[in-house]
Amino acid sequence: MPNTYILISSNVLSSSAASVTFSAIPATYTDLVVRISARGSRSAVVDNIVVRYNSDSSAIYSSTFITGAGSTTGSSTSSGNTSFTFNTSNGNTTTANSFGSTEIYIPNYLSTTSKPISTISLSETNSATDNYLRALADLFRNTSAITSMTFTPEIGPNWLSGSSFYLYGIKNS
Amino acid sequence: MATTYEPIATTTLGSAAASITFSSIAATYTDLRVVLVCTTSAATNIRLRFNNDSSTLYSITTLYADGITASSDARGTLDALSWTVGGGSSTTIPQLYAADIFSYAGSTNKTSLLERSEDKSGGSLARIVGLYRSTSAINRLDLLAIGQTFSIGTTATLYGIKNA
Repeated sequence: MPNTYILISSNVLSSSAASVTFSAIPATYTDLVVRISARGSRSAVVDNIVVRYNSDSSAIYSSTFITGAGSTTGSSTSSGNTSFTFNTSNGNTTTANSFGSTEIYIPNYLSTTSKPISTISLSETNSATDNYLRALADLFRNTSAITSMTFTPEIGPNWLSGSSFYLYGIKNS
Repeated sequence: MATTYEPIATTTLGSAAASITFSSIAATYTDLRVVLVCTTSAATNIRLRFNNDSSTLYSITTLYADGITASSDARGTLDALSWTVGGGSSTTIPQLYAADIFSYAGSTNKTSLLERSEDKSGGSLARIVGLYRSTSAINRLDLLAIGQTFSIGTTATLYGIKNA
């Protein structure tokens, strides 16, 4: 029986970077998993992670999400976007050495249909008000296989040293 | 390091089907994970049943949202775990349903954690905790499109996860 959940690529930043990209993703898996621990340079408690696949900036990204923010819950939906922008990360004024965590699950990334994507993303900031937990249902309405993905802080402008990005491949046989 | 997260079985439908079954599941893993990406013949509820047991031994608590409101819902005496409180499948856009089933081969009641991602350029999502009040080992899973069929191209994969 094959072992799956295989590390394809990783990037642990030793210095600031404006973005992180995984490219030339092999077409040998069934699903992809991305695990991110990120802290942006934005002068605020939190920032968002902008995710773009295949460098595609056409308006084919949509998201529905549920948020827990401190003592408040909410939900929002947005379509016709040019990237996914609602994954949360820590910003640079949060407690030192703390990072936001995100896991992205992409089933059937080679399919020729729209791709549903599941994400869980959180920023625990040791703040009374600015803590976020988000679960997202994303849809990437692109019919090409996903071969690359880029992660950029929405405001940033940089990811800070110590931020880590891991890409895993899952095989169904 | 032990081999873990192993694919046990996978199905890609070549014809429409009302259910997808994984049977004769070996008891050699610690946990199971099932991943379903589907469209259906009409919008419907997607459910997960264990051991072909349709007695009312299932209960769920669902945290869900529709893009406007975040809600919570609890239901008992179900005949299967439901992924779709506050949602429904699509006829055209593939949707993602996944479940982690913990200690499936044990002799205590079985807890599961389920997720639903149903964005359709606006949709819904959910995180669900499920309880199957049976002390028998789980050796069969059925994915059900209630009153409808899963469409051609629907994929389902069962993984086994070992803790040692």
